[in-house]
Amino acid sequence: MKKFLIAVCVLFMLLPACALADEVVNVFNWEDYIDESVLEMFTEETGIKVNYMNFTTCEDMIVQVEANPGAFDLCFPSDYIIERMIKKDMLAELNYANIPNASQTIPYLQNPAYDPEQKYSIPYLWGTVGILYNTTMVDEPVDSWSIMWNQKYANNVFMLDSIRDSMGVTLKYLGHSMNTQDIPAIMSAKQKLIEQKQSGVVKAYQVDETKDKMVAGEAALALVWSGDAQYAIDLNADLAYAVPQEGSNVWVDGMVIPKDAKNKENAEKLINFLCRPEIAVMNCEYVRYACPNAGAIELMGEAYTSNPVQNAPEEILAKCEFFNDIEPAFLSIYEAMWMEVKNTK
Amino acid sequence: MIDMSLPWWGWVLMGAGLAFFLLLIIVSIRRNHGVKRSLFASPYTLWMIIFTILPVVLIGYYAFTDTNGAFTLNNFRNFWDSNYESNKVIMQAMGEAGAAYVSRGTVNVDTLVYSLWMAFKCTVICLLLGYPAALFMADRNMKLGPTLVVLFIIPMWMNFLLRTIAWMSLLEDSGLINTLLKWLGFSGVQLMYNSNAVLLGMVYNFLPFMVFPIYTVLNKMDFRLSEAAADLGCNSYQTLYKVIMPLSVPGVISGITMVFMPSVTTFFIPRMLGGGNTMMFGDLIESKFLVEGNWNVGSALSLIMMVLILISLSILRKADPNGEGGGIA
Repeated sequence: MKKFLIAVCVLFMLLPACALADEVVNVFNWEDYIDESVLEMFTEETGIKVNYMNFTTCEDMIVQVEANPGAFDLCFPSDYIIERMIKKDMLAELNYANIPNASQTIPYLQNPAYDPEQKYSIPYLWGTVGILYNTTMVDEPVDSWSIMWNQKYANNVFMLDSIRDSMGVTLKYLGHSMNTQDIPAIMSAKQKLIEQKQSGVVKAYQVDETKDKMVAGEAALALVWSGDAQYAIDLNADLAYAVPQEGSNVWVDGMVIPKDAKNKENAEKLINFLCRPEIAVMNCEYVRYACPNAGAIELMGEAYTSNPVQNAPEEILAKCEFFNDIEPAFLSIYEAMWMEVKNTK
Repeated sequence: MIDMSLPWWGWVLMGAGLAFFLLLIIVSIRRNHGVKRSLFASPYTLWMIIFTILPVVLIGYYAFTDTNGAFTLNNFRNFWDSNYESNKVIMQAMGEAGAAYVSRGTVNVDTLVYSLWMAFKCTVICLLLGYPAALFMADRNMKLGPTLVVLFIIPMWMNFLLRTIAWMSLLEDSGLINTLLKWLGFSGVQLMYNSNAVLLGMVYNFLPFMVFPIYTVLNKMDFRLSEAAADLGCNSYQTLYKVIMPLSVPGVISGITMVFMPSVTTFFIPRMLGGGNTMMFGDLIESKFLVEGNWNVGSALSLIMMVLILISLSILRKADPNGEGGGIA
C-alpha cells in the first residue's frame, strides 16, 4: 500500500515536468490587440507554443508582472509604463542579434525619450490623441483645441474620462507641456476644464462608449485615441479625425521582455516574427492603429499613407509629446484637480 | 485574464478536505454519538470567514495604514479634504508661494451628500410606486395579480448591467424614444446625460427590491381582518389606512432597507446614463481603487460608507424590532 502511494506521488510530481518539455512563450497583451491567426502561424513555423494572456489596463499589467516573476516572457506596455519598468529594473535588455527585423522601425520612433537607444523595447503599434468629428455637424476646419470650448457646440462634445489625456490636451491648448510639473499651469488647465463643463459644452465624460456613440451621431466632437477614431470612421463615412495644430499626445505600445522571463530567446523569436513586414501588416489591418514598421507601410502603400488617422502629418507629429511617467506623489495633484473638474456641477 | 487555475496539489488538497468533511458527517450520523449539529455549518462558517470577514478586516487594515503599512489617520483627513495629499506636494514644491494654489477639496464630502440625497429620492419614489404595485399583486380579487408578479421577476433574469445599457439605447439622443418622437414630427428631447436619467435607472433597477418584501407581507396577511374592518363600518380607504398599512410596516421597512443600501453604493449607472457628468460615492470608490490605485483612501471611503449604512440599519431596526419583514433591517 505504502509503495503504491509513493508511486502515485512520484507520478504526480513528474506531470508538470512533462509539460515543461515543450517549447513555450508566455505572452501578456492588451485585450483584442492582435490578429490571433498570427500566433498560430508562429507556432506552425517554429513549433513554439504561445500561451496568450490579456490585460485591460497597463497598471494592472505591471502589478501582475511584479507579483508573478517568471510568468511572462513578452509584454506590451505603453511608453510611460516602459519608462517606469526600466526605472524599477524590471526589464531585460534585448539581444538584437536575435531580432534582425527590428531595423524596420520607422525613424520617428527609433530613439524615443521613454527608452533612449531602444535597449529594452521595440514599438508594436502607435497612435495619437485627437478630435473625432462629424462632418455633417461641423463645417469649419478642425485644427485647434479651441473648438472643444466653442459655445456653438454646446452639449455636443464628448471628453475622455481619463486624467492624463483630458488634462494633457488642455495643457497643450494653453501652450504648456503635457508632462508639466508647473503647478500654476496645472491649475489653469483645471480652471479651463471647469469652464468647459460649466458652459455646457460637454455632453459626457466617457471612454469606451464614445466610439459607438459617435458612429450613431450622438455628438459633433469627441476627444479620442486614433485607433477608436479609425474604428468609428470605418463604420460611418461622415466622421473625420484631426490632430490640432497645438500638438497632442503621441503614444507607443512596445514589446518588452521582463527581467525574470524563462523563455527569453523564444520571446525574441516572436518579436522578430511580429516585426516581419507581412505579419505587421496583418496586425495593423486587424487592430487599425498606426504601424511602426517601414516595410509594412511600404506593403500597405497608398491606402495607409493617405490615411490621416494612421499616418499623421510630420509637422503635427513634431509638436506632439509622449507622456512621461510622473511620480505618484506629484500625480496626486493631477488626480485631485481632475476630481474637482468631475465634481463641478 | 491570467490563468488562475489551481496547481494539481491544490485540487488534491481540496478534494481531501471535502472527503474528510463528508466522512466526518457519515461517521457522526452512523455512530450517532452526539456530534454537535453546529459542525454541519462549518463549511458555511469557513466561507463567511474567507469571503466576508477577511475582506472587511483587510478594508480596515488598508484604511488605517499608508502605502508603507504604517499606521495613519491621513486617509480619513483625505475624505474631509480631497486635496490633502496634493496640497502637501504643492507646499513642498513651491514653499510660501504655494499657499495661493492650496484649497480644501470638497469632492468626497460633496459626492457622499449627493449620493445620500439621490438614494433618498430613489427610495421615496420606489415606495410610492412599489406599494400600490404590491397591493395589486396581493389582492385576491385581482386576476392579474400572479401575472404581475411574474412580470416583475422576468427582468431580474437579466444582469443589471445589460438592463442599464438597454436603457441607454432607449434614452440616447439618437435612441429609440427620440427617433420615434422625430418620426412623429416632434423635436427631440435630451433624456440622458443628467441626474434625472440616473435616478430613473436607479428606480428601475431597485424597484423589485421594494415591491417583493411588501408583497410577501401583504400576501401572508389574514384577509379576514379587512372583512372584519368592513363589518365594523370601515370604508375601503379606512381599511387601507387603519388595518392594511399598519400591518405591512415590516415589509415596508425591509423594502426601504433593500432599496436604500444599494442606492447609496450605486456605481456604473451614473457613468452610463449620466454620462459621467455627476459622480456617486460608488464611482468615487471605484476610481480610487482602479484609476488612482490608491487602496488606502479607497478603503477609508468604503469604511465610512459601511458605518453610515450600519447606522441607518440600526435606526430602521427600531421600527421592526421582531424582524417580521424578514429581519433584513
